[in-house]
Amino acid sequence: MAGPSIDALGQFQLTTGLGPLGRAVDFTNSNEAMLAVAVIIVALFVMGLKQKAVVPGRVQALVEILYEFVHNMCVDTIGEGGLRYFPLVFTLFSFILIGNLVGLFPYFFAFTSHIAVTLTLALFVFVFTTGVGFYTHGFKFLKFFVPSGVPVWLLPLLVPIEIISYLARPVSLSVRLFANMTAGHVMWEVFAGFMLLLTASFGIFGAFASIIPLGLNVALVALELLVACLQAYVFAILTCLYLHDAVHMH
Amino acid sequence: MDPTSVALLAKDIGGGLATIGVAGAGVGIGNLFGAFVSSVGRNPAARDVMFRDVLLGFALTEAVALYALVIALVILFA
Repeated sequence: MAGPSIDALGQFQLTTGLGPLGRAVDFTNSNEAMLAVAVIIVALFVMGLKQKAVVPGRVQALVEILYEFVHNMCVDTIGEGGLRYFPLVFTLFSFILIGNLVGLFPYFFAFTSHIAVTLTLALFVFVFTTGVGFYTHGFKFLKFFVPSGVPVWLLPLLVPIEIISYLARPVSLSVRLFANMTAGHVMWEVFAGFMLLLTASFGIFGAFASIIPLGLNVALVALELLVACLQAYVFAILTCLYLHDAVHMH
Repeated sequence: MDPTSVALLAKDIGGGLATIGVAGAGVGIGNLFGAFVSSVGRNPAARDVMFRDVLLGFALTEAVALYALVIALVILFA
């Protein structure tokens, strides 16, 4: 087919950053984005907590809202002793949230749209929560896989199901975040590609008609903003739920 | 038709079929918000508390649709 075509996945291509030095150590644009996100988070908190005013300014209010939101989530979801894990949950939440939001801007790289990144985060959460379970309960943690209050003859059926669903946690956790971010960016790319295709096929009328995909893209920006925040929240609250399971065993 | 074009055709058909799974997520999201609207009708005071859970459920349901999308993308591009 002649003319422009839709290259939906080209935007996720990794390139090396930072010139020859980056090429030597395989420093990619994904790593650049992660580094930028880390710097943004630290700068945001340094700026927000510089004054410590009683009546907070805008940045301080933002930082305090984020902090209190995750704080309440930890206390409510993990339950007793949940505050021990607050730093972990807050780090994960802010890293994913800012990463998703930065990835929404044109020419910025959304590193959460790579399964390698999200799977690493999810595997870390999985190994950590399992470790917490064994550390807190010892080998009694294995009773987690034996549901209470069921007849004994059902156990050979239920225990494998419980184990499989436990092992599926990192998969669902990582694919959820990765698929949401990838799908949003692909949709943008596809609708933007429609505009080029319309203009190439129908000339000036196509250019006028391409206001429809443009409007759709504008609406999608709102949806993607929601999804970016929601997925960070979902990742954090599922981490809290897994920690709750590990600490309280039910 | 030569085998390569048959394979390409089958690939496109398979990618299209893989998106059928999205129907289930549509039912799920409709169900979720339908239940939310009717429960807010019964108890409007609990709206804000329930809306948080609804958002969580929405994100979890939407993710199921995206699994189908991932399969479609894998079929088409991988």
